[in-house]
Amino acid sequence: MQSLPFQPEQASSIAKSVDELYLFLTLITLFFTALIFGMIFYFMIRYRRRSPDERPKPIEGNVPLEILWTAVPTLIVALIFVWSSMLYFKNAEAPKGSMEIFVTGKQWMWKVEHPEGQREINEVHVPLGRPVKLTMTSEDVIHDFFVPAFRVKKDVLPGRYTSLWFTPTKVGTFHLFCAQYCGAYHAGMMGAIVVQEPDDYERWLAGGAPGESMEQAGEKVFQANGCITCHTPDGAGLGPSLLGVYGQPVKLVGGETVTADDAYIRESILQPKAKVVLGYTPIMPTFQGQLTEEQLNNLIAYIRALGKSQPKSKEEGKQ
Amino acid sequence: MSTATLEPRVHTPRNYLNADYGWKSWLFTLDHKRIALLYLVSVTFFFLVGGSFAVLMRIHLTEPQGALVQPETYNKLFTLHGVVMIFFFLIPSIPAVLGNFLVPLMVGARDLAFPKLNLLSWYIYIVGGLFTLYSAIAGGVDTGWTFYTPYSSTYSNTQVTAVAIGVFVTGFSSILTGLNFIVTIHKMRAPGLTWFRMPLFLWAMYATSLIMILGTPVLAITIFLLALEHLFHVGIFSPALGGDPLLFQHMFWFYSHPAVYIMILPAMGVVSEIIACFSRKRIFGYTIVAFSSVAIAVLGFLVWGHHMFVTGQSVYAGLIFSLLSFLVAIPSAIKVFNWTATLYKGSISYEAPMLYAMGFIGLFTMGGLTGLFLASLATDVHLNGTYFIVAHFHYIMVGGAVMGYLGGIHFWWPKISGRKYPNMWAGIAAVIIFIGFNLTFFPQFILGYLGMPRRYAFYPAEFQVLNVMSSAGATVLGVGYLIPLIYLIWSMRYGPVAEANPWGATGLEWTTPSPPPTENFTEIPVVTEEAYAYGPKEGSGD
Amino acid sequence: MTDAEAHAQKGMAHQFEDLDQQHEADTLGIWVFLITEIMFFGGVFAAYAIYRWLYFAAFDGGSHILDIRLGAINTIVLLGSSLTMVLAVRSAQTGNRKATVWYLIATMILGSIFLGVKAYEYNQKFVEHVVPSLDWAPDGEALKLLAPGGLQHAQIYFIFYFAMTGLHAIHMIIGMGLLLWLVLRARKDDFTPQYFAPVEVVGLYWHFVDIVWIFLFPLLYLIGGRY
Repeated sequence: MQSLPFQPEQASSIAKSVDELYLFLTLITLFFTALIFGMIFYFMIRYRRRSPDERPKPIEGNVPLEILWTAVPTLIVALIFVWSSMLYFKNAEAPKGSMEIFVTGKQWMWKVEHPEGQREINEVHVPLGRPVKLTMTSEDVIHDFFVPAFRVKKDVLPGRYTSLWFTPTKVGTFHLFCAQYCGAYHAGMMGAIVVQEPDDYERWLAGGAPGESMEQAGEKVFQANGCITCHTPDGAGLGPSLLGVYGQPVKLVGGETVTADDAYIRESILQPKAKVVLGYTPIMPTFQGQLTEEQLNNLIAYIRALGKSQPKSKEEGKQ
Repeated sequence: MSTATLEPRVHTPRNYLNADYGWKSWLFTLDHKRIALLYLVSVTFFFLVGGSFAVLMRIHLTEPQGALVQPETYNKLFTLHGVVMIFFFLIPSIPAVLGNFLVPLMVGARDLAFPKLNLLSWYIYIVGGLFTLYSAIAGGVDTGWTFYTPYSSTYSNTQVTAVAIGVFVTGFSSILTGLNFIVTIHKMRAPGLTWFRMPLFLWAMYATSLIMILGTPVLAITIFLLALEHLFHVGIFSPALGGDPLLFQHMFWFYSHPAVYIMILPAMGVVSEIIACFSRKRIFGYTIVAFSSVAIAVLGFLVWGHHMFVTGQSVYAGLIFSLLSFLVAIPSAIKVFNWTATLYKGSISYEAPMLYAMGFIGLFTMGGLTGLFLASLATDVHLNGTYFIVAHFHYIMVGGAVMGYLGGIHFWWPKISGRKYPNMWAGIAAVIIFIGFNLTFFPQFILGYLGMPRRYAFYPAEFQVLNVMSSAGATVLGVGYLIPLIYLIWSMRYGPVAEANPWGATGLEWTTPSPPPTENFTEIPVVTEEAYAYGPKEGSGD
Repeated sequence: MTDAEAHAQKGMAHQFEDLDQQHEADTLGIWVFLITEIMFFGGVFAAYAIYRWLYFAAFDGGSHILDIRLGAINTIVLLGSSLTMVLAVRSAQTGNRKATVWYLIATMILGSIFLGVKAYEYNQKFVEHVVPSLDWAPDGEALKLLAPGGLQHAQIYFIFYFAMTGLHAIHMIIGMGLLLWLVLRARKDDFTPQYFAPVEVVGLYWHFVDIVWIFLFPLLYLIGGRY
């Protein structure tokens, strides 16, 4: 038991701006609630029935008044709409150069994987002051990644990726909640966001079992599943080369163009025949049910890395 | 509320209650007033069932680790609370009880257009209710009343099918009621009763019926597809089987958001009648209030996406749904201002129905304004899925719809039962309910802002104080609800006999005796003036 | 009330002032009900549209398994039944009891042919093992058609095939029951030129069910340029 707080902690770069809008909305609510209650009480006393056969003069209505109280709420909601939408738009996309972390929801835990290969469960360590972008998916049902102190929330869906970003502005440990009902121990799907000073964070990263990075793990998956046999780096294989593909437009059989993002890569692994690259035949087998979400994340991390390092590829050396 | 207490009185003239006594005369009745009473008894039963689940939940949440039951059981409690209260209490409450009783009386007809369909709809409702009760007894269901896939379709191993059938079946009851009202209001109005002479309750019922016939079938097909996936394990909504998990949410909210207006619009109609009567004034801006009901019904179909702002839907879709949701605020605000303005220079008396109506306006105002927080994208991201949502929709559904329903029951009770209830007790109950309601749900706004997610069987200790406050308020609210139940039942036998028009109200329903004869009117009335002619020149309806 | 007056008032329910009012209420009622039905089928059509767009190849393949001739025959049969239904309404309106009964029976016969063909088609799906969940093991020709779109997605096509045609068939069966009820009433001479609303109302329902099939046939049978 402690004293009652009326506001959650502000621990991210956007928290303050959301709270300002929240405060404005609260004031609007208080004003109109007080206005309506006040008028009701005033009228009820002022115009109370004084004799049983009192017959007040009828009032039909009043057009200027009607226009006034149509216009005023319209202007107010227009203002709120513009304000909140601008705020939402500004915060919709993660800034370039954000640190990337993969999150997988599962009944009833959060599995977190840092690009450096560090894994944690129900805890996310992040450094202070750096934008962090989470790429999230679920192994089973819909979950929702909610950090009240950061004012961020996004559903975590099975079979597709959603993302969310924040820049922590306060060192400390903050609640991570699952905010989409996901079964018996939904309430137990709580975790913690641990924000550390950058130095402490580096130490933490180095401190755990070093292991392999996600990229390296992805490379292993890439080889173990035989992807490498067709997707040769020189592009001479049965499948397209994956060098420099990530984030770039890809021409498809049928003339369409898609961007090779996380969703497209995922789809191409699980449903290879859905969107075939121009110039290739749809011969790739599906890997649906053969790869775990983590292996998929690793593969994506690996393909992302391939996308960045075009000319000097490790792959070529091995050929 | 058993029918056995309605004893024959030698001196009472023949009316719909004493026309016949056998159980068959009730269970096979085609009289809309008797069917309304069948509904009254059944929705009261389901209200008590749903309410008892709520009591257990509030007790459980007094301790952070959960005071009463296992998390699995808690999940079933909130699911059944939602399913029972929404589909078996709130949606049928005003339309099927008060609407059934009043629509023919208000239009000046002998019955609804299709009395057999009307009785059929009650039986359909009961069958749906039995499936739901069966599911509760046979182990419960734990999906939440929203049945989100793929949890409900492929992961939950509780009684999803039974509840799905229950909700599916009950939907048809709603459809038939809506159909009956639309046809009755279109085709059976008494001579002289033009559209703009209709009481606002009829306008509200008309708008509600539109939603019922347009929305409910979409829910039915959605639940049907959900049951298919659950039973046969085939992919429609489950991504593991190739389905789209969000499609269910789109289809579900396409009905379930308008369903909120099925609950609130009738209450708005009731409140319009009550305010006009107890301030002896025509509703300020009658035409605008009438049209705003229809506007809300139409806009209601275009805003479902605001339940899905955080699902990863495109930001542009979010923008459009946000804008449309804000638009709903405008007709709602207009109504509130017009009701308040009706009081101006009126002759206001503080009878119990009026207290409920005033409570309704205040609570609906708060519920509506907190809706702005959720229509606004940036704040919704934080508040979605928290107790803020829970508080907001209880302000609308309990503070709004239930207050309206109780106000209506009190207003028309003399007409329905032919008896009066003790006014003092009714006033006390109204005040207790108002206070108890605010004590229960106001702390939940703060809880939500602080970040406590809904549907949590246990929670971090820092949220305990507010949860205990909410539970304490719920006790007051629970007591408040039991008082009317007691004195209304008491009044059926011991209450003073009510005259035809005890409140001095206008409207055709008050021109016929209380309780009305089976055929409603000995002669079909002719309407010569607009609704709410409370002005000085005429001597009111009695 | 004289006999002639009594005959003129035949079929009127107590809540109405006259037969005209009742007739208007009955027809408005069925139109409102049909709007409800449109929303009901609209839901499943919308879901169908989304998956057809997502998994076109699978839907294309699935469509090629259906027998287009049977679908076409059924379309013609149903259109014919709509004609006999209209004639039944017309006969009721002109007070021709015998013709009413026979046209209603003709409608029922055509309805039964439709359902018979549908039952045969359902059976074929079991023979080809393309019934999702219950008997799903496409082989031979079927497998060749379905493989390009992926079997899992082909299953979704067949779920929609069974859900949509199944809901339609249930509506047909209900319609047949209503027709039987009309036949019995018509034989008792219940209908007069003033009171024939039940025939008209069932007629509108029957046409609606017919129209649903007119949409189902191309949506399910004619995907991907079949003639």
